[in-house]
Amino acid sequence: MTISADHTAPDTTSSAAPGNALTEAVKKFGITVEDYMLPARHQIQMVDPDGRLIPEGEQGTQPGHEYPVPGDKELLAAYEQLVVGRRVNDQNSALVRQGRMAVYPSSHGQEACQVAAALCLSEGDWMFPTYRDAVAVMTRGVDPVQVMTIFRGDWHGGYDPLKYKVGIQCTPLTTQLLHAVGVAHAAKLRGEDTVVLAMCGDGATSEGDFHEALNFAAVFHLPVIFFVQNNKYAISVPLAHQSVAPSLAHKAVGYGMAGERVDGNDVVALLAVLDRAVKLAREGSGPLLVEANTYRMQAHTNADDDTRYRESAEVAEWRAKDPVNRMRTYLTGRGLLDDDGEARIRDHAEAVAAQLREGLGEDVPVDPQELFRHVFAARTPQLKEQSAMLADELARDAAATDSKEAGK
Amino acid sequence: MSPTITTSSEANGNVSAATARAAASAAASAEAAGPQPVTMAKALNTALADAMSADSSVLVFGEDVGMLGGVFRITDGLTAMFGEQRCFDTPLAESGIVGMAVGMAINGMRPVIEMQFDAFAYPAFEQIVSHVAKMHNRTKGAVKLPLVIRIPYGGGIGGVEHHCDSSESYYAHTAGLKVYTPATVADGYRMLREAIDSDDPVVFMEPKKMYWTKDSVDLSELRRLHEDSRAEGTTAGLGTEGRAAVARPGTDATLIAYGPSVPTALAAAEAAALEGRSLEVIDVRTIVPFDDATVCESVRKTGRAVVIAEAHGFASVSSEIVARVQERCFHYLAAPIRRVTGFDVPYPAPKLEKYYLPGVDRILDAVDDLQWEN
Ligand SMILES: Cc1ncc(C[n+]2csc(CCOP(=O)(O)OP(=O)(O)O)c2C)c(N)n1
Ligand SMILES: [Mg+2]
Repeated sequence: MTISADHTAPDTTSSAAPGNALTEAVKKFGITVEDYMLPARHQIQMVDPDGRLIPEGEQGTQPGHEYPVPGDKELLAAYEQLVVGRRVNDQNSALVRQGRMAVYPSSHGQEACQVAAALCLSEGDWMFPTYRDAVAVMTRGVDPVQVMTIFRGDWHGGYDPLKYKVGIQCTPLTTQLLHAVGVAHAAKLRGEDTVVLAMCGDGATSEGDFHEALNFAAVFHLPVIFFVQNNKYAISVPLAHQSVAPSLAHKAVGYGMAGERVDGNDVVALLAVLDRAVKLAREGSGPLLVEANTYRMQAHTNADDDTRYRESAEVAEWRAKDPVNRMRTYLTGRGLLDDDGEARIRDHAEAVAAQLREGLGEDVPVDPQELFRHVFAARTPQLKEQSAMLADELARDAAATDSKEAGK
Repeated sequence: MSPTITTSSEANGNVSAATARAAASAAASAEAAGPQPVTMAKALNTALADAMSADSSVLVFGEDVGMLGGVFRITDGLTAMFGEQRCFDTPLAESGIVGMAVGMAINGMRPVIEMQFDAFAYPAFEQIVSHVAKMHNRTKGAVKLPLVIRIPYGGGIGGVEHHCDSSESYYAHTAGLKVYTPATVADGYRMLREAIDSDDPVVFMEPKKMYWTKDSVDLSELRRLHEDSRAEGTTAGLGTEGRAAVARPGTDATLIAYGPSVPTALAAAEAAALEGRSLEVIDVRTIVPFDDATVCESVRKTGRAVVIAEAHGFASVSSEIVARVQERCFHYLAAPIRRVTGFDVPYPAPKLEKYYLPGVDRILDAVDDLQWEN
């Protein structure tokens, strides 16, 4: 099978001219358009589960799919965030058990994906996360307590998306991918070189908006990286019930973009692949799709019972592929990490956990009038009426309580 | 890349009166002076062109809106005038169109998007309800979505299935959306410009059977008034949002209508006048926010009311209007408020639509039922 000539022929009718730019991107690697778009025959892995760097010759990579190992500094920074991310995941699960948080969809086991998704971006770039991506949002620099506000239950969001260039943590599956496309499109029209990373899960790739977003990004030739964390389950439903494609990364070719799959528990490989994707997108390659092969180690949320749909042996198998341990072994082996370094990083993680315990431990009083404040830019007469009604109701309640107290 | 495209925050609010007038005069040069017969389609098209001239962050996109100018020609000529980057066709995907508009609005643009027909906006319902309506609220006002979703709606054109729905109640029911629907050619211009300037998302419902309606309108005067108020940063005195219009004054009963039902209500009032009954017609103009004051003032004066809408009556904008008026005007009412609406059946095939649509006779029958003393 070859890719239709339309993709390589110069396109003079469309202003977006994806054909041209794509050809340029392909030229860099000296391969065919088809080989550029199709993922490598194997997932990209650089450090094996035992923490050993896979020698270049044994990586099984093909032309156009070779990736250099990221620099030491980036790897150490990533490890630190992995440790912090793991601690945050486990702290939050504890806070849910104590009733301090309403719910927390943990990314325990997926921290390498979370960390790499944030670290590959520059300050002016945008990220569009899901409900499961709190650690990625934090790694991007958003205050941890603000990130968790959504799960504490006093408002549907706690941070300003414009300030951090991070979309809301989105729950309606894949709807945020289109917002990512729009942000990239607006930036492109203004001539800015913003790259947008759009995140979703494996199950979510079945949604209509997944298709619409990938197609729009490809047709308008936008610098969007679709980053799919394939953690094998959508609540209880395994991947085999969502898709029978050779891999989720293979979906890319259907839209005319490049796809790659990567070991989602290997932060070295993730950084290598995502860094290159960001660079390509910024240089005008158009969108890319990266599938991270990982595993959801815990139940979907605290409200879910995963023993109803999967074997504990399967979970145990993945525990051996843990992203944090793997990276610790690798860095220690390379002499980049010693006991002092490890201790310092642990202290950092503990400090963030303490910040969360403190920030989520106190009950922040909610203001009922907040209900009416942000529906529109200015309140409508109807909202003014309803807000006065609630104020009156509360005033009468307070007066009744006061007189009861006085009567005691 | 077009360096002429800027973010709405830059463009908005600091459009000088001079810039606005320059844009206005450029667009106006092709027009004859003074009131002229103008179609609703032309008024909407002119409003889009003027808004795009006034603010480079205003973008128009949708299905067939580029080279073709839209299936109703409302975007005619915009691609030629402003280039493919500012008025363009998207792939066929309504959720994609709305979702991308959300992202563009987050990133400083003012998208004005077209849904080709009422029923073809349904694939975008999730984006509209879960994001367009809620983004401002969930971010405590940090993210504003100044976007306009234009939807041709309603029947009366002999359209086949899925081309004649009155879908306004879905949007009006959704907190966080503004819903405008013009019923005159002048309002077509005024209200679309106001919708585009609004920092809130607006669902702009265009009565499709009125696209070819002509009124005598002075577009350059409307443009001048709008640009002046824009330069002053206020639409006070001119604004249509939350302001119903008295389309025809009267004393005996009030007909409350919006969009495509306004001309029907006016025709009914005309017929009633021949029989000696003076009916006041209120054109709601913006369903959200609703102008309780103007509607109730009229009903308190006349003591009788009929609400008219093409949409099914059950759980609809018309039922909402009856409830609101009843709550506020009960002691002024001489008779229960009546409604004349579409039947609670799926919109019928072309040969049956005349039985479905509220018409003059049905309205007059309802008026006759308002417990007159003599
Ligand atoms: C449109 C929509 N349908 C259903 C849901 C309910 N839901 C929440 S998470 C989820 C599973 C998603 O699985 P996946 O995309 O694999 O992401 P994961 O939770 O595994 O990270 C479902 C069905 C939803 N949030 N949005
Ligand atoms: Mg999953």
